[in-house]
Amino acid sequence: MNAVAVAHTPNPDHPDNPDWDSGTAELGHLLRPGQLDLSHKVILYLEDITVSFDGFRALDKLSLTIDAGELRCIIGPNGAGKTTMMDVITGKTRPDEGTVFFGQTIDLTRLGEPEIAHIGIGRKFQKPTIFENHTVFENLELAMKTDKRVWRSLCALLDPAAGDRIAETLQLIRLAAHADRLAGLLSHGQKQWLEIGMLLMQEPKLLLLDEPVAGMTDEETERTGELFLSLAGKHSLVVVEHDMAFVKQLGGKVSVLHEGSLLAEGSLEEVQADQRVIEVYLGR
Amino acid sequence: MMPARTPFIVRLGRSFDARSWQMAGLFAACALIAVPFMHLALPPDHPLHLSTYFITLTGKILCYAIVAVAMDLIWGYGGILSLGHGLFFALGGYAFGMYLMRQIGRDGSYQSDLPDFMVFLDWQELPWFWAGSDSFLWVALLVLVVPALIAFVFGYFAFRSRIKGVYFSIITQALTYAAMLLFFRNETGFGGNNGFTDFKRILGYPITAPETRVVLFALSALALIGTLLLARYLVTSKFGRVLTAIRDAESRVMFIGYHPLWYKLFVWTLSAMLCAIAGALYVPQVGIINPSEMSVANSIEIAIWVAVGGRGTLIGPVLGAFLVNLAKSWFTVSFPEYWLFFLGTLFIVATLYLPQGVVGLWLRLRRREPPPAAAATEAKGARA
Ligand SMILES: Nc1ncnc2c1ncn2[C@@H]1O[C@H](COP(=O)(O)OP(=O)(O)OP(=O)(O)O)[C@@H](O)[C@H]1O
Ligand SMILES: [Mg+2]
Repeated sequence: MNAVAVAHTPNPDHPDNPDWDSGTAELGHLLRPGQLDLSHKVILYLEDITVSFDGFRALDKLSLTIDAGELRCIIGPNGAGKTTMMDVITGKTRPDEGTVFFGQTIDLTRLGEPEIAHIGIGRKFQKPTIFENHTVFENLELAMKTDKRVWRSLCALLDPAAGDRIAETLQLIRLAAHADRLAGLLSHGQKQWLEIGMLLMQEPKLLLLDEPVAGMTDEETERTGELFLSLAGKHSLVVVEHDMAFVKQLGGKVSVLHEGSLLAEGSLEEVQADQRVIEVYLGR
Repeated sequence: MMPARTPFIVRLGRSFDARSWQMAGLFAACALIAVPFMHLALPPDHPLHLSTYFITLTGKILCYAIVAVAMDLIWGYGGILSLGHGLFFALGGYAFGMYLMRQIGRDGSYQSDLPDFMVFLDWQELPWFWAGSDSFLWVALLVLVVPALIAFVFGYFAFRSRIKGVYFSIITQALTYAAMLLFFRNETGFGGNNGFTDFKRILGYPITAPETRVVLFALSALALIGTLLLARYLVTSKFGRVLTAIRDAESRVMFIGYHPLWYKLFVWTLSAMLCAIAGALYVPQVGIINPSEMSVANSIEIAIWVAVGGRGTLIGPVLGAFLVNLAKSWFTVSFPEYWLFFLGTLFIVATLYLPQGVVGLWLRLRRREPPPAAAATEAKGARA
């Protein structure tokens, strides 16, 4: 957390090291500019977002809020605007109208992609995007949360703590045996896992995952689900998926997108029983 | 924050393996001891005597090799094809040429303090930008700063606008072409289409004396070694890994929090500075600099050296610069009219059949030799 609690009593052992990273915010707080304020328990606000491509509205007054620590699934037919929504959140696409806020204070429409990554939003692309000519290890090293300016990279050395973190992540994504392999040689499912691992190395507060289990075997899919469930709470996750069994496994709230706006929201059972949702899916 | 306490020099040492250090040492010994000895101490009729022609030609190609490595940093590792690198080479040459012009003193045809071409234009005094050009140190500074500044400003706007691929190549061509037209004009103050020539001295020493030539040759060799060391350090550092990542998947790099702009700008500006140093070493050795160095064809030729030698490797561009230029100096004597056809064919063959140039070819041949037991190392070999 980034708000300094006024009533906070510093730990006498570490007077300079207050607990910056506890996930909850207290009411009375000072705010440092540019830092995430979760005082209303909401990590992401999208309000009336409209994006048009040559007159075609990919997003049409879309509004959505994600709570801190939530695991949200987004479903919707092809072309509903799910990927475009992620483009807007991560700064790739500027909305024509509407506001996007990260926490209470950070206006994402004013920031570029690297800044948005820095303040704690990580993204997995629909098509797995990793560095194919780098080893698995190097992929994770590059993604690791650190000072990413040119000057630092020129003299950066891998310290043992960083090596440990990479090793941990390698275990988690089950690629420890492939650490020195070129990432381009991995299977499709492994590439998906590597990209998820890169995301984790960034230590983001909000993870956006665009079709993370596409191309995975059933077993890999299930393990991915377990991983996401273990991340929820500490992180907030937004998962776009077509695989209903996977959405069911995740079990969180589901938002249905259709033609660029929000059609329905609720548990999976609720939205699956919704007449409009059935029409959208069957009418195709 | 960073536990980067290992001294830089140690880390530089580690970025090469033992064999590479031996090669570098051997090369340095040749350039600094053997060649000077064979040129200066052995009598001209001795079978091992090296001629002035040899010294000048290899010295010139050493400068080209520096340019090729600089080009490879930006193209092979950064994925940005510049077709205007000849501009930075020429600017370095012109900057140093100003000093050489001033060293002529009153020994020119008009016996004036001003360079001959200014007397010819009836100018009464040096233009403001020639101020200080009689000082070696000031000019050495200009050699580095002017091309760097131009590269930085140009690169900043180009990369910030996310100009990429062939569009970037085309605007770099336009840049060097515009500069060439500017330098062709007499009023620009750089000798018009004749450029600078008829140099007499450098730091007071006669410029055509064998000793001076040998020193310039040795400096070029040292500059090449330095360029290779620096380039090797860069491409094996985290910076190099980010750079190749930008080449392969720029949007991924942005979404994990790197600013490609500054990475590209750094390597672009550095590359321009290396070219400028090469240009400054080149001009006293060949004795002339004129606007044709800024022609588009010259810049394309630089890309061909790198493509032929093998981009994305460091030794490849050096080999490419030597192979192509030795072929050129043979062709221009034997069949001058066919040189451009040969060059074009070479480029097409290299692009179609040798994606990693002669270095890639060599690696492929070497890999075929041992029995297929080493299949696992194949993937690694492809990156070497
Ligand atoms: N850059 C673009 N230019 C023009 N049209 C675009 C652009 N990006 C997206 N679109 C269009 O916007 C609509 C929404 O696309 P988007 O990729 O967001 O859908 P999606 O919900 O992610 O679909 P899918 O499930 O197939 O991934 C589509 O009709 C698409 O063709
Ligand atoms: Mg999509």
